[in-house]
Amino acid sequence: MKGRYATAVLLLAVLVADPARGAQAPTRAVTESQVHEVAAELRCVVCQNLSVADSPSEMARQMRAIVRERLEAGESPARVIQYFVDRYGEWILLSPRRSGFTLLVWLAPLAAVAIGFAIVSTLVWRWTRRPASASTPPRVDPAMRERIRRETETEP
Amino acid sequence: MIPELGYGAAIVALALALWGAVTAALGARTGRPALLLSAQHAAVGVFVLVTACFALLTYAFLTFDFSVRYVATNTNLGTPFYYRITGVWGALEGSIILWAWMLALYTVIVILRHRVSARAFYPWVLTVMLGVLAFFLLVMTVAAPPFARSSPVPADGRGLNPLLEDTGMITHPVALYLGFTGLTVPFAFALAALITGRVGDAWITLTRRWTIVAWYFLSLGLLIGGWWSYHVLGWGGYWAWDPVENAAFMPWLTATAFLHSVMIQERRRMLKLWNLSLVILTFGLTLFGTFLTRSGVIASVHAFTQGAIGAFFLSFLALVLLTALGLLAWRWDALHAQGALDSIVSRESAFLLNNVLLVAVTFTVFFGTVFPLLSEVARGVKVSVGAPFFNQVNVPLFLALIFLMGVGPLIAWRRASLDNLRRNFLAPVLVGVVAAAGFFALGVRSAIAVLTLALTVFVAATIAVDFARATRARLRVGERLFPAMRGLLLRHNRRYGGFVVHLGILIIAVGVTGSQAWSVQTETTLRRGESAELAGYRVRFEDLTASEESNHFKVAGAFTVSNGRVLGVLRPAKKFYPQEQSPIAYVDYRLGLNEDIYLVLGDFARDGSQATVKLLVNRLVSWIWIGGLVLTLGALLAILPERRKGA
Amino acid sequence: MSRRAWRWLIPASALPVLALLAYGFRVNPREIPSPLVGRPAPSFTLTAFDGAPVTLEAQRGRVVVVNFWASWCYPACYDEAPVLERSWRAYRDRGVVVIGVDIQDTTEAAQNFVRDFGLTFPNARDPSGKVSVDYGTYGVPETFFIDRRGRIRAKHVGALTDGVVRVHVDALLAEPAG
Repeated sequence: MKGRYATAVLLLAVLVADPARGAQAPTRAVTESQVHEVAAELRCVVCQNLSVADSPSEMARQMRAIVRERLEAGESPARVIQYFVDRYGEWILLSPRRSGFTLLVWLAPLAAVAIGFAIVSTLVWRWTRRPASASTPPRVDPAMRERIRRETETEP
Repeated sequence: MIPELGYGAAIVALALALWGAVTAALGARTGRPALLLSAQHAAVGVFVLVTACFALLTYAFLTFDFSVRYVATNTNLGTPFYYRITGVWGALEGSIILWAWMLALYTVIVILRHRVSARAFYPWVLTVMLGVLAFFLLVMTVAAPPFARSSPVPADGRGLNPLLEDTGMITHPVALYLGFTGLTVPFAFALAALITGRVGDAWITLTRRWTIVAWYFLSLGLLIGGWWSYHVLGWGGYWAWDPVENAAFMPWLTATAFLHSVMIQERRRMLKLWNLSLVILTFGLTLFGTFLTRSGVIASVHAFTQGAIGAFFLSFLALVLLTALGLLAWRWDALHAQGALDSIVSRESAFLLNNVLLVAVTFTVFFGTVFPLLSEVARGVKVSVGAPFFNQVNVPLFLALIFLMGVGPLIAWRRASLDNLRRNFLAPVLVGVVAAAGFFALGVRSAIAVLTLALTVFVAATIAVDFARATRARLRVGERLFPAMRGLLLRHNRRYGGFVVHLGILIIAVGVTGSQAWSVQTETTLRRGESAELAGYRVRFEDLTASEESNHFKVAGAFTVSNGRVLGVLRPAKKFYPQEQSPIAYVDYRLGLNEDIYLVLGDFARDGSQATVKLLVNRLVSWIWIGGLVLTLGALLAILPERRKGA
Repeated sequence: MSRRAWRWLIPASALPVLALLAYGFRVNPREIPSPLVGRPAPSFTLTAFDGAPVTLEAQRGRVVVVNFWASWCYPACYDEAPVLERSWRAYRDRGVVVIGVDIQDTTEAAQNFVRDFGLTFPNARDPSGKVSVDYGTYGVPETFFIDRRGRIRAKHVGALTDGVVRVHVDALLAEPAG
């Protein structure tokens, strides 16, 4: 389950005419959202903790262009990502792989909830098994009782 | 002159703080009031001296005193007046002064408020507060001296980090630090409780308002940080799960857990151990946050610096954790739960579950933040753990928490009967289900968005049900509508303050969902007069203008934005600062209730004939800030003094 | 362990976390080891500022020093430019070639840089950034030392010094060709 927020299909920018781009014809039409999806998994190397999709830096723009070019050339998204991993190492993945050592970080939340839930369940079980006498109400002395009566009876 | 004065004041302050901590501790052990009085005077002295340091540094900033190295690196002759004041806390050394000043201020307030009302705890509370203050003063005098001299004295300074030239700079650190330092007080009381053995409810009752106030400032700091990220950093987002953001978020999570679990201790006298642990954990995470920001151990957009200062913070963190947890272990026997639970289906269980989830999120965020370090230790491979990971794993946990927000306040204490469940939840659940269907019918296809929105409606409905029922009860007794509602809010301000805070969180949740699920963006190169379109907006590039500002060179693009009718001209720019290697993007945007249009300028041709622009239409982001406002109102309501008489 | 002693696990549990954080002082999070070391250097063809083509393949049989730089990279690139020029002059007759690749820059600023430092080794601009990404560059300056058989043998991040260049180039020169 990807569980990722789906970006709505983007409207491609409607350009009046842009000769700067039109030189070579792409072999496969690629939408901005496809580039965005791949770029969102890569870490911008000159920023701190931003994805290549989000970063306003020059380097990220160039990397987005490379992603677009590779997708247009027919490479699958996984292949494009692997291209970057081959050159930068696993560090370039913004989200660690779900296999091997890095599987630990994915299991951590599950483990935390499971262990927490187990502890709480055990405690709740134990506490609901306690004899009722353990929770007798505190004794109220007559002066206090009188005060309570007065206050509850005069309250609007 | 100023460097010597400032340094002298800091040294004396440090000595006083140490003296105060020791005499307070001695006063606690021997019970001699003279010692305690001496410690109090020392604390006041520290406050005066740190204020003086702060004032001296500000003065140095305002008068361009470049003989102070900190001034020379953080300002230059072109820095605008405004930022010469806020720049005081713009970098490491100044931030330590700000922290120390707030701690000193809080210490004085603690003295004034609790000298009489909390006599049993007070000496130890004072000891802990002065001890922590002494540490920060130690950092200020040894590791990061703000008054170090620059030699030679430069003719002009380097300048403030351009990203900090923003209004967020004034409020974000102040709010955040008020939150962090404020959390020292409950921690001090917790240690006092452990040392004196009075581990009952007293320390919790005394610190309730402190916790809410600190929690509130922390929330505010986080929200302003998000706002600053949104409108300055140029990527259109407000939260990146950056390690330092995480470091501020974690104490917020545990403080939230604490706010809830204390209610169980107040009602049922249970969870003493847990509450003490939570407070210690919260303070520990606060120190961890300062460590992370200042040590450079994990790379982050915030990282101030590297060097010996990291060792200082880590050592102090170790000292605090081992001492506090050691005290906890020492008092173990006194911390056993006395009460019992009547039923699994009860508010106690809901609160326990709330705590489990909040701590689970904290653990997840912590583990994810330090995992790169762990990976390097274990196998020498560097990995990144970024936003996609945190978003994916935390979303289910947050959804569960939202659900609990609806269940918790209404489910009965001790044992929830079937009747109680039906009365309170049938209508909201139905409304929630109908809402889910409605959203789906309206075209919302993302499962998470539908779920989040439906849960939000469910929780809002529970709040409405509760408020309506209580109001109706008052109306039946003869009160009129508005006085009844007002009376409810004021009489039960804790409860309804909490509800309003929950409402604020719900609004934020809607904002986050909307911005994640429905925001769109595109990037394109336009020539003069050309337009781009996105989500019904048309953006036309008019031209570029270059201008010389007081401390930077700015190139701004003029873009006319229209959506049928002309909305205005946005001017995103690139600012070139001499002290920065690459230009800083200056974002321009138009905020709206339901969507913001947001432009970032990229490359441009020198002659202004064309420019690359990134266009974002972000949906529902404003709801996040509105939710923050509502949260503020709720927190204010919750800390009002309790009304004794009926109203 | 007696029942009383289990409680001391609580403070003890803080120790592994503290130890992990302490280890953090020994690593630099900004230094990313390159997976390309030991692998064949990615080929490239660029156009130098004087118009001549610069191709990596054409240098096979020589030791190649590929240096990524930018005119805005101050002070590191400014510090190492004279080092590179010196090394070029010292080693060019011994079968070593220095190639400078300018990234994320404007032609004008780059040409000024080359002229100001009097650089005589081939310098070319990488306008799309493809070569820099191919080499896994994440900042400037970065230098790759390539042996005679076309494999990357070392990567140096940050400004070069004469000593660093000497150590790497001498080692690669000492290896037999082919």
